[in-house]
Amino acid sequence: MTLLKRGLSRRRVLQTGMAGIIGSGVAPLMFTKGAWAQEFCNNPTGDTVTFGLNLPLTGAYAEEGADEQKAYELAVRHLNGEGDGGLIGVLTPTALKGNGILGKKVAFVTSDSQTKADVARAGATRMIERDGAIMVSGGSSSAEAIAVQGLCQEMGVIFMAGLTHSNDTTGKDKKRYGFRHFFNAYQSGIGLGPVLGQEYGKDRRAYHLTADYTWGWTQEESMKAATEALGWETVQAVRTPLGAGDFSQFLTPVLNSGADVLILNHYGNDMVNSLTQAVQFGMRDREANGKNFEIVVPLFSELMAKGAGANIKGIFGTSNWHWNLQDPGTVAFTKSFGAAYGAPPSQAAHTAYVQALLYADACERAGTFYPPEVIKALEGHEFDGMGNGATLYRAEDHQCIKNILVVQGNDNPTSEYDVLNVVQEVQRDAVSYDPAIFGGDLGPAEPAPLCA
Amino acid sequence: MFEVIFLQFLNGLDKGAAYALIALGLTLVFGTLGVVNFAHGALFMLGSFCAVLFRQLLTMETVTIDPTKLSPWGAPLEVRAPLVQAWFGDFGAVLVNYSVPASIIITIPIMLLVGILLERGIIKHFYKRPHAEQILVTFGLAIVAQEVIKAFFGPNPIPQPMPSDLRGAADIGAFLGMQANVITYPIWRLVYFLFSAVIIGGVFAFLQFTTFGMVVRAGMADRETVGLLGINIDRRFTIMFGLAAVVAGIAGVMYTPLLPPNYHLGMDFLVLSFVVVVVGGMGSLPGAVAAGFLLGILQSFASMTQVKALIPGIDQIIIYLVAVVILLVLPRGLFGRRGVMEA
Repeated sequence: MTLLKRGLSRRRVLQTGMAGIIGSGVAPLMFTKGAWAQEFCNNPTGDTVTFGLNLPLTGAYAEEGADEQKAYELAVRHLNGEGDGGLIGVLTPTALKGNGILGKKVAFVTSDSQTKADVARAGATRMIERDGAIMVSGGSSSAEAIAVQGLCQEMGVIFMAGLTHSNDTTGKDKKRYGFRHFFNAYQSGIGLGPVLGQEYGKDRRAYHLTADYTWGWTQEESMKAATEALGWETVQAVRTPLGAGDFSQFLTPVLNSGADVLILNHYGNDMVNSLTQAVQFGMRDREANGKNFEIVVPLFSELMAKGAGANIKGIFGTSNWHWNLQDPGTVAFTKSFGAAYGAPPSQAAHTAYVQALLYADACERAGTFYPPEVIKALEGHEFDGMGNGATLYRAEDHQCIKNILVVQGNDNPTSEYDVLNVVQEVQRDAVSYDPAIFGGDLGPAEPAPLCA
Repeated sequence: MFEVIFLQFLNGLDKGAAYALIALGLTLVFGTLGVVNFAHGALFMLGSFCAVLFRQLLTMETVTIDPTKLSPWGAPLEVRAPLVQAWFGDFGAVLVNYSVPASIIITIPIMLLVGILLERGIIKHFYKRPHAEQILVTFGLAIVAQEVIKAFFGPNPIPQPMPSDLRGAADIGAFLGMQANVITYPIWRLVYFLFSAVIIGGVFAFLQFTTFGMVVRAGMADRETVGLLGINIDRRFTIMFGLAAVVAGIAGVMYTPLLPPNYHLGMDFLVLSFVVVVVGGMGSLPGAVAAGFLLGILQSFASMTQVKALIPGIDQIIIYLVAVVILLVLPRGLFGRRGVMEA
């Protein structure tokens, strides 16, 4: 009433009020644009930053999960300036200082993914929402990796994949927030094909047993393409359930199928079981079509090779990395890991360790944890010193392009870890390919979605 | 085509032998004590870990650190010397080679004790309780058993090598006078089949031809009347529970070279063995054996490429499909008796 008495009309009051409301709401947005950009999922505000480690500690790939965990713990120690520094000293270029990331100490939380995609996704959700993970890493199954990668894209958290070998991870299911250091099934085929042709000739008949999920399918497809290009015939490709245990009913039909090569598109425990049982069926002592019957394991797991014992001798496959390479990066990592755990690291441990360092390095180079900026720092980044030669984190599909290894089961191992011989280091140009062949869409980086 | 079908049939017998052996113990417990024992798979798993334990004892080593040398991965070199060979020489080496079958020696008393303690300690309190409560408590026991094993032996499978003389495949075709290298089958799987046949035959003979077995069978048919005759039927049933645990345990031991034991091995077999028991007829020993072999053979044939080409995925569902069909046609299973598990 008083205001109106002073000559202010109701319209004037409303206009002034509206202007005030709009002004007070918009002005902060205009003047604090940079600060707004820093509002993102799990922006670390304290003096620590937390990694979420999604590890298959049980299930078909449990051995890999346990080794990955050791590697992550080692990486965190090295990032925080503890221990011998591991690969930080040989990574070039590097922005890492050994004082955490951007001055914050690195901590971690873990979750057992049980080698199951749904459990992995639930674990990642918990680590992001409850534990405040700034980055999620881990996994030894492509089904897990693809499930978690999709979640991370939705929540705006970067996913640094552990061991995942399916073409789909950086192919049709690629995501802007997902990055893979490990090689893929297509690269295994490109690398392994010529060696198989050289060793076993061009007139062969192959029988595939394939783990029935995304990795197995793409591995089978890639091996078929590589071997059929050599002139081999594919007799049959049979899908087997993940974690089948007893593969005898799938192996029996191989015996009189007319095949002279068995390609086991299995990994982890499945690989140990199917390979051991195939050897029990006498397949390595057989002759078929006038030739020695051969077994091929396109993706070797050296941890599992240890479990398969003598069955692995002489068998060809591929590997992302092996501890007995002699480059400075491999020597440094093997020494550091061996001193800490009394055994050499597996390829799963290596890729896990490298991914943790690469994420930390990207944050340092970007000067922020803001995911779109970290993504920019990783995309197209060239680095060296991590054990695979000069490496490119390809911007188009977030696949690392680097050297891969063709390996063979060691006939004369000097220790229980000396299970594989490196037959050939296939150069990165030979295993590079057009990312468009697998399709997919990375999706947006900005604006970074807010979790929870 | 004959050799393909013959091999698949052989594989079915081999798988069926494993199913029948597990289902036999399960039925034994249900037929005598009337308890639906969901911990039976765990007993199979415990048996397999008796083999692991025995081998670990046999392969104990003295480890000395040689500070002057480094391993290829940079750790101080460990020099290992196996103890058993040092103590027993060649016999020690033979013992290590045959550790899986030899571990039956320790498995029998361990599993008998586990079975009797389980029955006296927990199961006996649930005889008169509803089957649902029996299932809950035995399922709980199974989880406890697997967590205990996980705590002591870790989550990963522990491969158990078969004796070197029994590795590789036997040329059955050549043995039968046919072409060589056409019908071959792993020797250890044949051993497992024969072993199962002996155990199944032994259990039947024990129940059929011994006074103890006769009393147990009488107790299975009419527990109260046998009790009224002054026979302590409860003690005999306790021993039968122990016997079922032993059967499950040694079945687990002999299976270890085929599938490296891990803590959830029992759960992997549990559902399957219950399907076998239900298809065979609750409480029927011949039913359990017949259903075990039937489902093993069907599963093997369903995995043939030609069959899968006709019905994709049939290998994964065949057992459950057959169970549904049999239970629709014969609601009490193949050899089920009237009044068993019927209100």
